[in-house]
Amino acid sequence: MSSLVIAEHDNASIKGATLNTVTAAVACGGDVHVLVAGHNAGAAAQAAAQIAGVSKVIHADSEGLAHGLAENVAAQVLAIAANYTHILFPATAAGKNVAPRVAAKLDVAQLSDVTLVLSADTFERPIYAGNAIATVQSKDAVKVLTVRTTGFDAAAASGGSASVETAAATADSGKSAFKGSEIAKNDRPELTAAKVIVSGGRALGSAEKFAEVITPLADKLGAAMGASRAAVDAGYAPNDWQVGQTGKIVAPQLYVACGISGAIQHLAGMKDSKVIVAINKDAEAPIFSVADYGLEADLFVAVPELVNAL
Amino acid sequence: MKILVPVKRVVDYNVKVRVKSDGTGVDIANVKMSMNPFDEIAVEEAVRLKEKGIATEVIAVSCGVAQCQETLRTAMAIGADRAILVETTEELQPLAVAKLLKALVDKEQPGLIILGKQAIDDDCNQTGQMLAALADLPQATFASKVEVVDGKAQVTREVDGGLEVLSLSMPAVITTDLRLNEPRYVTLPNIMKAKKKQLDTFKPEDLGVDVSPRITTLKVSEPPKRSAGIKVPDVATLVDKLKNVSKVI
Repeated sequence: MSSLVIAEHDNASIKGATLNTVTAAVACGGDVHVLVAGHNAGAAAQAAAQIAGVSKVIHADSEGLAHGLAENVAAQVLAIAANYTHILFPATAAGKNVAPRVAAKLDVAQLSDVTLVLSADTFERPIYAGNAIATVQSKDAVKVLTVRTTGFDAAAASGGSASVETAAATADSGKSAFKGSEIAKNDRPELTAAKVIVSGGRALGSAEKFAEVITPLADKLGAAMGASRAAVDAGYAPNDWQVGQTGKIVAPQLYVACGISGAIQHLAGMKDSKVIVAINKDAEAPIFSVADYGLEADLFVAVPELVNAL
Repeated sequence: MKILVPVKRVVDYNVKVRVKSDGTGVDIANVKMSMNPFDEIAVEEAVRLKEKGIATEVIAVSCGVAQCQETLRTAMAIGADRAILVETTEELQPLAVAKLLKALVDKEQPGLIILGKQAIDDDCNQTGQMLAALADLPQATFASKVEVVDGKAQVTREVDGGLEVLSLSMPAVITTDLRLNEPRYVTLPNIMKAKKKQLDTFKPEDLGVDVSPRITTLKVSEPPKRSAGIKVPDVATLVDKLKNVSKVI
């Protein structure tokens, strides 16, 4: 038995989600190898070799792998897939994009958003926006998993000493091309890795108010910023800030929900947070049913007051 | 150019499902069923491409029980021209659905296949990517904008940290994210018209596909309950609790 973890990286460094995925791979049993498929990604491969619990890093490098195109990354995984009983991806936008291609080509089912490894073939995963937990068993020879990062602790990023092996890069599919990206640059922690998240909802009323009210609190707490679907749909916050069933799944130490009513789809994305604070002027808002501390107040008064009190 | 739009019949997104007391699944008897919301966005996008003159025909497909016909009628009320039901009472998992869709892609030869990125019942987020792999087609998942320019699909995708733009040769598979469009309300005249549109039915055997499930559900249970905490009267108390009781700040 051995597992292959597909690293999430930006060619220069390894993203945090990789570390949680390694922990899930260790739980599956056997050796853990990590594939770093990228372009000029030597530094990322070296970083992967430091992860505790990893015995080998396979580094494939080519221009076609620079932007993580699903066709090319899947082909790269398939080129070495025969050596493994488990192939694990973090359940990130990139992992979810590629994993099913690999599973389909291997003619095996995929287990999405695994939150617990019970044995080498039995896993837990949430369904219906986390309102039910399914225990599922795969009959396939190879298990392809995407791993919900909040379900597993991060493996130590250092202390390991894996060998780094170079694999021949597979050819570019020629069917898709990367044209550009708009990735917001900021100094805040990543939403899915943040210890504290301040999230805003529709009650903010505008993008200006969202920035004006939520940003100072996030600054004060060193927090990442999130939003409800309603706030994102209304254009108050960027798409990738959405926390919920179909957005980001987060589990920080502290989640502060400001003006968020708490639809089940939103709760699905944050209810595993350690401490939840809800600030809402509607006493009946469902968010209060999961909040450790509920403050029934006008957020435009309470949030600035909170900033001053910290 | 034809566009194929697979749609799934799921428990309505407003329904909070209950886990059966014997742990065999969730109780969906007598629960309101609707089209998966992401699939509705997919139908809307396909119909808009037809209205712009880019597509010539929009074909809705559903795989599942006979009642999926209702879902297909909804798709045709939004504007799909005709529909195909692959009827079976077997439990269908994403790999099986992708194989059925691959058979229909071979048959219909669409220029685009537009699907929802995930179904809100099993939350798998697999079928589009699996179909793309089986049919050897390029894919753009989590689309927030779709344009067809010079025979290529130019798709803006929602990724971690922001957006990215891909250019795909066609045929191609696209899966929809929430912000791609806002589906129209279906009107009564269009619902009536949809009833007269063509709906063909196949069985998985007709398409030569083995749909046997690969994953067995051993148990379905309630998630651990999170109990409501306390209401605090003011900001000062909140700060005190966070600092001294929870010790998170």
